[in-house]
Amino acid sequence: MDTITTAPTLNYLNSAHGLASWLLTRDHKRIALLYLVSVTAFFAIGGFFAMMIRLELVTPAADFVQPDTYNKLFTMHGVIMVFFFLIPSIPAVLGNFMLPIMVGAKDLAFPRINLLSWYIYVLGGLFTLTAAVTGGVDTGWTFYAPYSTASSNSHVIMAGVGVFITGFSSILTGLNFIVTVHRMRAPGLTWFRLPLFVWSHYATSLIMILGTPVIAITVLLVAVERGLHLGIFDPALGGDPILFQHLFWFYSHPAVYIMILPAMGVTSEIVQAFARKNIFGYAFVAFSSLAIAIIGFLVWGHHLFVSGQSTYAGLIFSILSFLVAIPSAVKVFNWTATIYKGAVSWDSPMLYAFGFVGLFTIGGLTGLFLASMGLDVHVHDTYFIIAHFHYVMVGGAIMGYLGGLHYWWPKITGRMYPEGWAKFAALTVFVGFNLTFFPQFIVGYLGMPRRYAMYAPEFQVYNVMSSAGASILAVGYVIPLIYFIWSLKYAPLAGKDPWGAKGLEWEIPSPPPTENFAVTPIVTERTHQYAPSREVGIA
Amino acid sequence: MFENLPLFPEQASEQAAQVDALFFFLVAVSAFFAILIAMMVAVFAVKFHRRRQDEVGDAIHGSIPLELFWTFIPLGITMVMFVWGAWLFFHLTRAPKGAMEVYVVGKQWMWKVEHMDGQREINELHVPVGRPVKLIMGSEDVIHSFFIPAFRVKADVIPGRYNTMWFTANAPGRYHIFCTQYCGTKHAAMIGWVTAMEPAGYQAWRSGGGATGGPVENGAKLFQDLACNTCHKEDGSGRGPVLKGLFGKEVQLSSGQTITVDEAYVRESILNPQAKVAAGFQPIMPTFQGLVSEEQVLQLIAYVKSLSGEGSAAPGTSATQAPSPAGGAQPPAPPAKKSGMN
Amino acid sequence: MPDGHAHAAPLDAHGHPHEPAHPKLQHHFDDMGQRAEASTLGMWVFLVTEILFFGGLFMCYLVYRWKSPSGFQEASFELNRVWGATNTAVLIISSLTMALAVRAAQTSAKRGTQVFFLGLTMFFGLVFLGIKAIEYTDKFVHHHVPGPHFHWDGQYPKPAEQFYSLYFAMTGLHAVHMIVGVGIMAVITWMAWRETFDEDYYTPVEVAGLYWHFVDIVWIFLFPLLYLIGGHFKG
Repeated sequence: MDTITTAPTLNYLNSAHGLASWLLTRDHKRIALLYLVSVTAFFAIGGFFAMMIRLELVTPAADFVQPDTYNKLFTMHGVIMVFFFLIPSIPAVLGNFMLPIMVGAKDLAFPRINLLSWYIYVLGGLFTLTAAVTGGVDTGWTFYAPYSTASSNSHVIMAGVGVFITGFSSILTGLNFIVTVHRMRAPGLTWFRLPLFVWSHYATSLIMILGTPVIAITVLLVAVERGLHLGIFDPALGGDPILFQHLFWFYSHPAVYIMILPAMGVTSEIVQAFARKNIFGYAFVAFSSLAIAIIGFLVWGHHLFVSGQSTYAGLIFSILSFLVAIPSAVKVFNWTATIYKGAVSWDSPMLYAFGFVGLFTIGGLTGLFLASMGLDVHVHDTYFIIAHFHYVMVGGAIMGYLGGLHYWWPKITGRMYPEGWAKFAALTVFVGFNLTFFPQFIVGYLGMPRRYAMYAPEFQVYNVMSSAGASILAVGYVIPLIYFIWSLKYAPLAGKDPWGAKGLEWEIPSPPPTENFAVTPIVTERTHQYAPSREVGIA
Repeated sequence: MFENLPLFPEQASEQAAQVDALFFFLVAVSAFFAILIAMMVAVFAVKFHRRRQDEVGDAIHGSIPLELFWTFIPLGITMVMFVWGAWLFFHLTRAPKGAMEVYVVGKQWMWKVEHMDGQREINELHVPVGRPVKLIMGSEDVIHSFFIPAFRVKADVIPGRYNTMWFTANAPGRYHIFCTQYCGTKHAAMIGWVTAMEPAGYQAWRSGGGATGGPVENGAKLFQDLACNTCHKEDGSGRGPVLKGLFGKEVQLSSGQTITVDEAYVRESILNPQAKVAAGFQPIMPTFQGLVSEEQVLQLIAYVKSLSGEGSAAPGTSATQAPSPAGGAQPPAPPAKKSGMN
Repeated sequence: MPDGHAHAAPLDAHGHPHEPAHPKLQHHFDDMGQRAEASTLGMWVFLVTEILFFGGLFMCYLVYRWKSPSGFQEASFELNRVWGATNTAVLIISSLTMALAVRAAQTSAKRGTQVFFLGLTMFFGLVFLGIKAIEYTDKFVHHHVPGPHFHWDGQYPKPAEQFYSLYFAMTGLHAVHMIVGVGIMAVITWMAWRETFDEDYYTPVEVAGLYWHFVDIVWIFLFPLLYLIGGHFKG
């Protein structure tokens, strides 16, 4: 391992100075940092709303906040976490930074569009924050009609426009990634040599470009119906509220895969790097990402099992929902097999990867309960659902994001972070997370519905556990924020490859120069080839 | 079970045990796989812990048989779950013939219940144990969802259409009703109680209540008050179709399509009469949108159904018969046609 | 910075001629071919998202037309088919002039030729928007705009209002795309006037053309769906 003690003289961080050099940059690495700062801000805001929710739910009565306020809290929590944190987090920060480097390119195909996408994201965020500050929205992040179009008297249009605008930021990011992967790969970097992180981002991008426009038009129609009384979704005006649900979930179910697929890509990279071993079943892991993206588009109707949708349509959606679980299971088995006979270190990124595998497994398995029609009738819209998707999105996506951030932090900043604190934070997050969300499976099966400001007294014990867990979880999220900021100035320099990992990103200096590669690299094999091949099994 | 720490909800319907059986199967499978994966990860992480700085793992690229193994084993298990879940769903959503019908209307933020003999309740639902009860549900405003955890049943209540659900309570007691579809400020207060009673107690409750005429009677009265009968004459001389015996039949529309007369079609014909006009009639019927409430529409539907001897398993299915609150034990229902959205 | 790449391009070379690379080559591309391929692919991907964007509206249209076929027929009959057909013709011709403009740029035709075809395309786009404005005005005059002032004399006021909701949503979204298209054409025409395009570098014209054709095709679907339904019933 390198023991470099000086940073490279010229890198993307010090090549230009001043605010304008950041706000007008076209460098994918700087744009990634712009995204890092903004998604962190939104995560903090969304997390604040989550803490308010958990405080209210400590007691069965609505005593900390009024029901109206509570309804706005969970709506803003959902809208901000889904659209402004989870969806952009890994793709726009880690993907933006790493994807061009991993394909051996100097930048994304369209650097200006990349910058534009950040501005669009910020603009959408400002709309939504304005809605939050001036009175809030109380429709739930799902904006279900006709409540959103006819009944709610909160700032639905303003928040909807924010979501609409931000959608284009994801579309442009996805477009940029697809074109970059198709057209900007370095010589020798064939499709089957692509790092798995790139594969998962390619699959994510497909969902972004195919799904996001549909939610954009759907949210726009909600705003139009609300503002102009056009009859689209409200039955009082001749519309069909179920059509809204179909259009909404056509995007929003695949959107779950926008959140989880990049985290799977991160996990694939971390597992290989810290087991010092190439992935087990490369083709299966790569193609399972595509399978998830494609099948994921055909399962949205499982959100409508109790809406009175035709039973036969329900059957199709149910069986497809079971099928989409298979590629995820394949990934989990392959990661586990990758660790086998590896040289496993327990550095903090690997701890996050272990956490991801465990929590995502639980999140995925509980998804089977919901795909199963007869069982979904009971657990639909209860805390069981809340627990399930937090296991996937927080246990999965955020663990992946934090793992990736720790793994590539030395590359991004050129400096290490305090490993002891990082291990402690990873453990805190894991414990806090489970204490927060596992009780919700039980209270959900007991019948506690979601979006309740007040609840029956027999649910209290579980809610107190949840709230206690949430405060531990919050501590677990604040610790990395502190030591990452601290590390920028005080931590030791990392050198180009502190982990002894293999991949294009570890062959260039940390932090990388603006152009990434002085000489366009020529790729001759896959990443993470640590030991000479013994020719076992398949490629 | 602990006093304050229940792990599973009480079972109070015949459906509950069936749902729980599938639930326990899924819990067992999930626990097995979650523990298996966690154990493997833990064992590998310890056993193959890196001991030297420059140690690397073996180059194992994969194994097709293993991949097939862990693709098809989970596939097989999930297909079992699928078939079981689908079978259960069919069972949970297909009410048996002769089920006791109860109308439920959701509005922000209360549940209004009307029994066939005219008993009305708000946020309360009394049912006898041992007898299938079918709820026919509509909404006056936004989407709600009617959920009885102890019975393991739930269905969305959607404005502009009717959803149904059914259950057979099997343990007397009082159980929660929750609204599970977010519906505004007092969503969390849109709760109630279902009281399952022994048949004898149920009869006593029924005879004690202030029945004000069942939905069929009220519908018949509305039919007169709104002057529906001036066009929909029984002898066929009116300007509108004869409604007797119409419910459940297929009719030809002026557009050439055919449609089965169900709750949704009757409702649409009242509120938006021009949308699907029966063949051979002029589109002259005025809309009753805004003139009749959601409950009144349900009453009119109940009346139209009664003209075909449809639906109700409660007494007084004919417009002329007086309400007999003590009746209803014997379902005289003829074969029920497929009805509504489900 | 050392740059040992075969097609060593100067840093940030936008619009600043340098040897040996093509003056339009951005630093992160290897050569002009790669840049053109990337731009074209990017536009195709963008058009896929556009299809899904309009797809949501088409889905609404299909659902509601299926629900009230007679009402949609009656409402559709109030649309002016002559204007609709004229606009269809106008757009088809504009697609032709757009194709000729791309061809002119590809073959390094004189800037006058390029500007002529581009200008003509823009002109037809404006004609389309003008006709659309006449139609919209007519709907306002006759209170066929959904909302509190909507008035309908026919048998199906509710479905008609729904039809017009969708009519304005769909043609409105299409018109927004036309306005954007005309704006793009203005920029491209100005670039052509500055003699930007030749056989080595015509990607902007080509990509703008893809967009223009797409917007035309959307109209080709909108016209029969909105104007021509049920024509055989009432002629």
